[in-house]
Amino acid sequence: MTATAPRPTAARPTLRTLRDRALRLAELVTTPLLPADYLDLVHPLRPGADLRGRIEAVVPETRDAATVVIRPGADWRPHRPGQYVRIGIDVDGVRMWRAYSITSDLGRTDGCFTVTVKAIPDGKVSNHLVRRAEPGTIVQLDQATGEFCLPEQRPAKALFVTAGSGITPVMGILRNHPELDDVVLVHSAPTADDVVFGTELRDLAAAGRIRLVEQHTDTAGMLDAAAIAELVPDLAERATWACGPLGMLEALEEHWAAAGLADRLHTERFRPTVLVTGEGGTVTFTRNGTSLEADGATPILDAAEEAGVLMPSGCRMGICYGCVLPLREGAVRDLRTGEVTTAVPGDGVLVQTCISAAAGACDIDH
Amino acid sequence: MTALQKKDVNPIEHLTPEDVELIGKELDEIRQGVMDSRGEADARYIRRVIDVHRKIELGSRAVLLASGFPPAWIAGTIGLSIAKILENMEIGHNILHGQWDWMRDPKIHSTTWEWDMASPAEQWKHSHNELHHTYTNVIGKDNDLGYGIMRVDEDQPWTPMYLGQPLWSFINACFFEYGIAAYDLELGAVIAKKQTGDPEFRRRAKQVLVKIGRQVRKDYLIHPLLSGPNFVSTLAANFVANIVRNLWSNSVILCGHFPEGVETFEKKSIDGETRGEWYLRQMLGSANISGSKAMHTLTGNLSHQIEHHLFPDLPSNRYAEIAPKIRDLFERYGLNYHTAPLPQQVGSAWHKIIRLSLPNGWLENTTARNLPVQLAKLWKMTTGKPRVRRALLREQAAMAAAAA
Repeated sequence: MTATAPRPTAARPTLRTLRDRALRLAELVTTPLLPADYLDLVHPLRPGADLRGRIEAVVPETRDAATVVIRPGADWRPHRPGQYVRIGIDVDGVRMWRAYSITSDLGRTDGCFTVTVKAIPDGKVSNHLVRRAEPGTIVQLDQATGEFCLPEQRPAKALFVTAGSGITPVMGILRNHPELDDVVLVHSAPTADDVVFGTELRDLAAAGRIRLVEQHTDTAGMLDAAAIAELVPDLAERATWACGPLGMLEALEEHWAAAGLADRLHTERFRPTVLVTGEGGTVTFTRNGTSLEADGATPILDAAEEAGVLMPSGCRMGICYGCVLPLREGAVRDLRTGEVTTAVPGDGVLVQTCISAAAGACDIDH
Repeated sequence: MTALQKKDVNPIEHLTPEDVELIGKELDEIRQGVMDSRGEADARYIRRVIDVHRKIELGSRAVLLASGFPPAWIAGTIGLSIAKILENMEIGHNILHGQWDWMRDPKIHSTTWEWDMASPAEQWKHSHNELHHTYTNVIGKDNDLGYGIMRVDEDQPWTPMYLGQPLWSFINACFFEYGIAAYDLELGAVIAKKQTGDPEFRRRAKQVLVKIGRQVRKDYLIHPLLSGPNFVSTLAANFVANIVRNLWSNSVILCGHFPEGVETFEKKSIDGETRGEWYLRQMLGSANISGSKAMHTLTGNLSHQIEHHLFPDLPSNRYAEIAPKIRDLFERYGLNYHTAPLPQQVGSAWHKIIRLSLPNGWLENTTARNLPVQLAKLWKMTTGKPRVRRALLREQAAMAAAAA
């Protein structure tokens, strides 16, 4: 029996309370700004700041891909290999957000992580990162997220099917899971020189850690699902992860489903497929007061940003839900599936503005 | 000044409707040119101004902790005044116009910004961006014309009350931020209509009071308290910095629309106004201030008031670049591009405030020789019965007309 009630061991909470009080006091001096607005000038990566990172280096990988080394702010939480991070960077003065797979080894001692970016034609952010980004640039970050990861129970046999920049999450996995000892990687790229991490992958193959199948599509053409099945005879025994262009992923999904293996295939999509276009309409942001005419092919997010509305946004491909806003009334069409979502007042259906286009007049609560 | 439509010589009479639309088209092209070239250098500019402001403000407030030492008081007060001016003009005013929304930086955005000013950003944006910029210089629609308390036009009947106009204009200038807050609240009209019980008004009034409370607490309580024994001198420094900022912003704003020769417009003249006509009204209803780069920055580039009124949402750092093109357009269409150095524009605006505080014609009719006689007449107009006043008003008008 204890004579006294146990005292809370409250060293940390007290410190936090003290810090909160100090901040509130500081707010009295900085109003209408916040103390953080001043602290950001000198220490943008400090604990408690909005999550940011500083580009430390940009290392070329191929003629159109580069690895960006980023030192994250103090509140960064380590990622799980295979996850992606959303990065907000100012391109020509405009803040743009994109998601990139993290490729670095968790064991890095310098506290940095890396993403590897392939410049796509007309890709504003990817071209900026690969060709123009300077060390020292501050970027905005979100915590790493995504489910394209190995399960706790490691698969005895794994297959990775990748194309182009689809290798990036897989490289993140391979670098961090040396315990995987039966790995087949089927990777497609236009030429041998276009294979991102080509040297490292070939070294892994030479060391016997992976079986590497390179398909150089400029000369050998594209691999279809049946060809992959031929190349990997024990495919049915392998847990499979695939990342690459949509056409490829859909073909694989079809093939795996037909073989009754749908649950063994994990895919990562980087861009939405645009299947249908609706008829567009007037989009009204009820709190902001802005009204705009959006066509049926433009995501509401893009149309709104074009009109100067500050929108929450994320991956811009329909996966992160960072852009979700309540549709108070009206109809939107999912640009990937063509599915129409309607709402009447009171429903407050949440819609992803990055992959939804107006399918008639819409009132969005924002 | 008389509304443009009532003038003997109409300065836009020579323009055909086609000319006006061509002007509009050229202006649209100039605007598009800037929109298409907005980029990294512009973003760097506004971030640098914000960075400089924050450092000057922090530095000055730190120096003022020792405000008992006179050189520290002087340096700190000058620094704080400059910081407050930068914050209100080049930063706050322009961000709240949405000039930097295109950067998509949530920290520098018209929907998230709040400024060191009595009027909450949300209310100011309504009265300024929506009302003043839409109805620029339209008598009865644009409350920026005299802020509802001044006689701004010869056609407004003179009453003796207006003799106080220079004095209360000066007091308004000293406490300009509070004047603006009251004006954004439409306080005068609400009181006149006995609508102070209206819940919407009360909500907005509370917003203003909370905002003022925070500003006052910072400048007149917390900062002085932090200065310890220098409480009073730091309080005085904050007071002076606020007055300097208020006088400065008031002067800049007077220069924008109030110097002699800037046109005003009748309410009915904007019925069915085209885009070209709207542009033309902005061109004739605004005046620029010429001067150094530092002066332009400290006025928030409102020294390019004409360019700002044509394109209120273009980044302020680009007005100087398009000014020669705008001026050339004025010249080609035979219009008066109104620009002069700051002292001249401020003088001109105050001359007008004084002139209109007096009966029409009185100031023009008065010379050193007839001053006693004129003063006696003014006294009679002020104290006499309405009939006497009307007769004397007519006499002054006739004298002025004869002299002209």
